Amino acid sequence: MFRALIALLLTVSFLSSAMAQEATTPDRAETGGAQTLADIIARQNGEKVDDAFRRNETGDPDSAAAITGQLGTLGGASDPDLWRALRYGSANVTASNNSHAAGVLVQDGGMRWLLFREGPLQKYGSALLAVTLVLLLVFLLLRGRIRIDGEKTGRKITRFKAIERFGHWLLAGSFILLGITGLVSLFGRKVLIPTFGHEAFATVAMASKWVHNNVSWAFMIALVMIFVMWVIHNLPHRTDINWLLKGGGIFGKGHPPAKKFNAGQKLIFWSVIILGGSISASGLALLFPFEINMFAATFEKLNAFGIPQALGFGELREVLAPHEEMQYAQLWHAIVSFILIAIIFAHIYIGTVGMEGAYDAMGSGEVEEQWAREHHSLWVEEELAKKRAAPESASPAE
Amino acid sequence: MKAMLAAFAAMALIAIGSNMVLNEMGFSAQDRASGNAVRLDN
Repeated sequence: MFRALIALLLTVSFLSSAMAQEATTPDRAETGGAQTLADIIARQNGEKVDDAFRRNETGDPDSAAAITGQLGTLGGASDPDLWRALRYGSANVTASNNSHAAGVLVQDGGMRWLLFREGPLQKYGSALLAVTLVLLLVFLLLRGRIRIDGEKTGRKITRFKAIERFGHWLLAGSFILLGITGLVSLFGRKVLIPTFGHEAFATVAMASKWVHNNVSWAFMIALVMIFVMWVIHNLPHRTDINWLLKGGGIFGKGHPPAKKFNAGQKLIFWSVIILGGSISASGLALLFPFEINMFAATFEKLNAFGIPQALGFGELREVLAPHEEMQYAQLWHAIVSFILIAIIFAHIYIGTVGMEGAYDAMGSGEVEEQWAREHHSLWVEEELAKKRAAPESASPAE
Repeated sequence: MKAMLAAFAAMALIAIGSNMVLNEMGFSAQDRASGNAVRLDN
């Protein structure tokens, strides 16, 4: 009886300690400490699995059984130990390829990148562009073309000098080429190969890549030109508040006064400079693979400010594999580009079909004085005052 | 219109020029990443 009681007590205490163990760490006794079916299923379901139990099990020669021992391993690291070290990027790898990424043989972040790139990025990116185009069409149908309200004077006023138009078209031309070739690269596997076949796409992809890589320099040069030439005219001014409150006079009668650039144009300018600058930075990281790593440093700064924590993302990873830097650069490059393309759709619309007389500003550089009075009244006054002050013999700035 | 055409011509020149300069400087992935033992051209 007494023996039976002891046995019962022992069993209960064993069970309770086993249950307490289970509450903190999963029981992996049946696999000898290796991952269990539950771990694998959790990982495949995308749940967070604490992988420390195998991430750090990469062999420890100091505590290994002797080579002569019954359970001894060769050098203290078994094959599974080595594979785990490769799996988690801690193995000492020597490669003849001297790229920064050559030592990383297994990189599981690539799968998340691939799925995001082929899934949400393509879906929401194309939806953004399509919705923007539809909204512009609806706007055109509702509002119609914005005409010059007053009587045309027949007099012209110089709005943009040749160098300004050159900078604009260098930026615009390169942006359109980069946009098209970028979309070709992004939608190649999912859309273009199934539609046109591998052979046709191979040629297009090669040409696209060459154009995208090399025309990028024209875009970056033009971005600097535009910034230098126009930043002074795009600084915020008190007239911008009135312009924005009246919605730029798009609906209803009358035009709010504006200087050389109205608040809407200033928004376009700063979007192009900031988003274009960001696209250029991530583009340079992609042009020179593994040489420019920005994301680990950015994540570190964001973590320090507590921004991702406040948004519920938790701390962002501050140590990234070289490939992950490239993957984040590619996603950022594409996301910001989609946003800028959508903004530029609206810019192209208002500069061409959307408004009578607007295209001349970038076409010939000479705009109808009445158009200028309606859309940039303060600027016209400044220009005419300058003209009156200048001697008759002075030649135009062009 | 002239400014636009000049810009497009400049864009083509910049693209061809940058490709030549970067290749001359040895910035291709082949030059940057492969060791002496690798002969991709042959």
